[in-house]
Amino acid sequence: MTARNYLTEDNSLRSWFFTTDHKRVAVLYAASITLFFFIGGAAATIIRLELATPQADLVTSDVYNRLFTIHGVIMVWFFLIPSIPATLGNFVVPLMIGARDLAFPRLNLTSWYLFVLGGGVTLYAVFAGGIDTGWTFYAPFSTMYSNSHVVLAVTGVFIAGFSSILTGLNFIVTIHRLRAPGLTWYRLPLFLWSLYSTSVILVLATPVLAMTLLLVALDRFAGIGIFDPARGGDPLLFQHLFWFYSHPAVYIMILPGMGVVSELISVYSRKAVFGYKFVAWSAVAIAVVGFFVWGHHMFVSGQSPFAGLVFSFMSFIVAVPSAIKVFNWTATMHKGFIRFDAPMLYALAFIGLFTIGGLTGLFLACLAYDVYVTDTYFVVAHFHYIMVGGMVTAYFGGLHYWWPKITGRMYPEYWARAAAILIFFGFNMTFFPQFILGILGMPRRYHVYPPEFQVWHVMSSAGASILAVAYLLPLFYLGWSMFFGKRAPSNPWQATGLEWQTPSPPPSHNFATTPVVKRNPYDYSLEGEARPQNA
Amino acid sequence: MKNGQPPRELLVSWLGLLALLGITVFASYQPLGAANTGVALAIALGKSLIVAAIFMELRRGSALTIVFAATGFFWLAIMFWLALADYMSR
Amino acid sequence: MPETPADQFVDMRQQHETAQLGMWTFIATEVLFFGGLLLAYCVYRIGDPEGFAEAARHTKIVIGTINTAVLLTSSFLVAWAVTAARLRQGRMAGLLLGFAAVLGLAFLALKGVEYAKEYDEHLIPRLDFAYAGPKATSVYLFFSFYFVATGLHALHIAIGVVVLAVIGWQAGRGRYSERYHSPITVAGLYWHFVDVVWIFLFALIYLPGRAS
Repeated sequence: MTARNYLTEDNSLRSWFFTTDHKRVAVLYAASITLFFFIGGAAATIIRLELATPQADLVTSDVYNRLFTIHGVIMVWFFLIPSIPATLGNFVVPLMIGARDLAFPRLNLTSWYLFVLGGGVTLYAVFAGGIDTGWTFYAPFSTMYSNSHVVLAVTGVFIAGFSSILTGLNFIVTIHRLRAPGLTWYRLPLFLWSLYSTSVILVLATPVLAMTLLLVALDRFAGIGIFDPARGGDPLLFQHLFWFYSHPAVYIMILPGMGVVSELISVYSRKAVFGYKFVAWSAVAIAVVGFFVWGHHMFVSGQSPFAGLVFSFMSFIVAVPSAIKVFNWTATMHKGFIRFDAPMLYALAFIGLFTIGGLTGLFLACLAYDVYVTDTYFVVAHFHYIMVGGMVTAYFGGLHYWWPKITGRMYPEYWARAAAILIFFGFNMTFFPQFILGILGMPRRYHVYPPEFQVWHVMSSAGASILAVAYLLPLFYLGWSMFFGKRAPSNPWQATGLEWQTPSPPPSHNFATTPVVKRNPYDYSLEGEARPQNA
Repeated sequence: MKNGQPPRELLVSWLGLLALLGITVFASYQPLGAANTGVALAIALGKSLIVAAIFMELRRGSALTIVFAATGFFWLAIMFWLALADYMSR
Repeated sequence: MPETPADQFVDMRQQHETAQLGMWTFIATEVLFFGGLLLAYCVYRIGDPEGFAEAARHTKIVIGTINTAVLLTSSFLVAWAVTAARLRQGRMAGLLLGFAAVLGLAFLALKGVEYAKEYDEHLIPRLDFAYAGPKATSVYLFFSFYFVATGLHALHIAIGVVVLAVIGWQAGRGRYSERYHSPITVAGLYWHFVDVVWIFLFALIYLPGRAS
């Protein structure tokens, strides 16, 4: 028999679609992004099936262009960017700071509606025939030559952009103003430092994307000439404006994952995170320095060699704070009481896969090497190691970790561990061969290739089929657990955070009385005993 | 504040802003060469600071508010600096 | 009628500070939004300063200057209204906000007159553009920027007029006081920001090239 909680409070449709409860908004987001994940995944499935053979035998080139574009657009804007912030973040942030809700609850619901509207417009563009420009919408192809639904698609993304701006705005103001008594900045869980940094990027970078997409739409149907060489415009200006947003966007995607990993490593090692302040400020550093490096996407575009030099140098610098995190997570585990629950398996996978992805990023930051591998599968492998091996893994880790809090149920542990291991195996089999393909010269966005590349593509596609099954598993056992899972206690992991000092699932108003924070986060004794933050 | 009369610092600021408007239009007709742009932007900056400090009450704002207000412009400067680094070195 | 803070706030002061911080954050997003467009302007102006100067000479500086004065005055009235509201002079505040909204409408009307003149002179990119001379390309780009920038700005003014009207009506009903005035403060911040955008647009659109 469970007490009244935010799920059981009122089960009418009206109460869900007009909710201002951050926990319900998080659940609404979770359902939406899951749908988009599988749509983007379906596109990837067809892509990998096509790439198993050197000829174009499954789809025409035109359709193939639309497939990788849809995969990118949906995965970037409708899965990766909202995933951790809008689902786990929305749910956990007020709980972690001891508040009853975010600063602007109605703005939160508005952001979900904007997300759904943007997603709807984009899906309409997809089903009306799609877009073939790549998710990067480069001008002048997108503005002048593409015969696809560019304006519709950029409109959908434009709307979704405002959704993410509102989320970021809400988090920033909430973390500044709604912290419980005693919760100083250096007592904040590291997940919040990461989300704060993410929010700074959301708020400062996304508006530039909005303007860029608006200009693409205007150039396309009003011929304003801003990116059109025939009218005096510069296509490179598009790239500067686009990547000013889109590079920091990749940090929007990874920083929340890093925040989750900090939480997981600490709980499942029963130890405070090593070098808390370094890990905290490294998130801020990534967010700030991440704005200085966008030109590394443009090394061969025609920008000046001087600009290339500056961007290359900055791109090396931005790797440093990420490395600091990896070292500190590893040091946290040293002499800890390690438990290999599913969330920890995901966290460990993150560390390994993100490190590979990050190191290959250094290869790409090196201008001379980038000239060789740019627009090849080396780049594709690099960003999938970070986005999928890193970000998606962290999302699954966080989802499992906070699942008891969100649903009030425990997930089946052995199924979860099996899925995590299968994901790790399937992922590496899919994407490691792509590094090799890239170095061998396989271009990205091509579906016809020389037969000598086929062995690597077949390996990759085989891995993708394992990955597909592995990603379906959580859908089933997590869904099963919502109805039949063991009921969860308030603090199943014996963790220290404030979110664990309230029932699972929490009541609508989160806490019976506002907690008073007395300790640092991650206060574990030498024997690994947890001391909650408000004890 | 007396009934029907504006607060003094608001009135003075408004008149100052109108004066700066007059000056900037006048200056734009003077042949200063390359300095015309600089003068126009400097006066625009001056007007903006008056609006920000007095009308938007930043002069009484907390340090946090001032940082928030300045951040957008600082980030814009980053965008301009690095993008123009490309254009000016081609 | 005393206002109580919303559920997630401890007291009215926290609610007010939160609302203000939220609006400043939103203003930062707007700075970057318009900023991207300004970068485009800068890049093309640096590419052909004479071309942009020549194009700028075709803007209507008299209307532009009047419009700037209109907006500066409206900002003055809004700032005055906030002070009045905090002193419980609701009717005064409502009146001032009403006048500010009217000035906003006047701005839009003058903008409309201006656009009509530019249409007569065939300076509308794509729809009706005819310009003789070697600088036609730069003039085209300049006016593309001009219509996008002033069009977006006008949209922000229109939204602002509606906000000022609503807040002005609430102020007239005595809703605001020293204890509760965040809506009028926050609306004011938005309006002043839109004014600041115009201050920069004015300098970049109307003033170049006047000395030749």
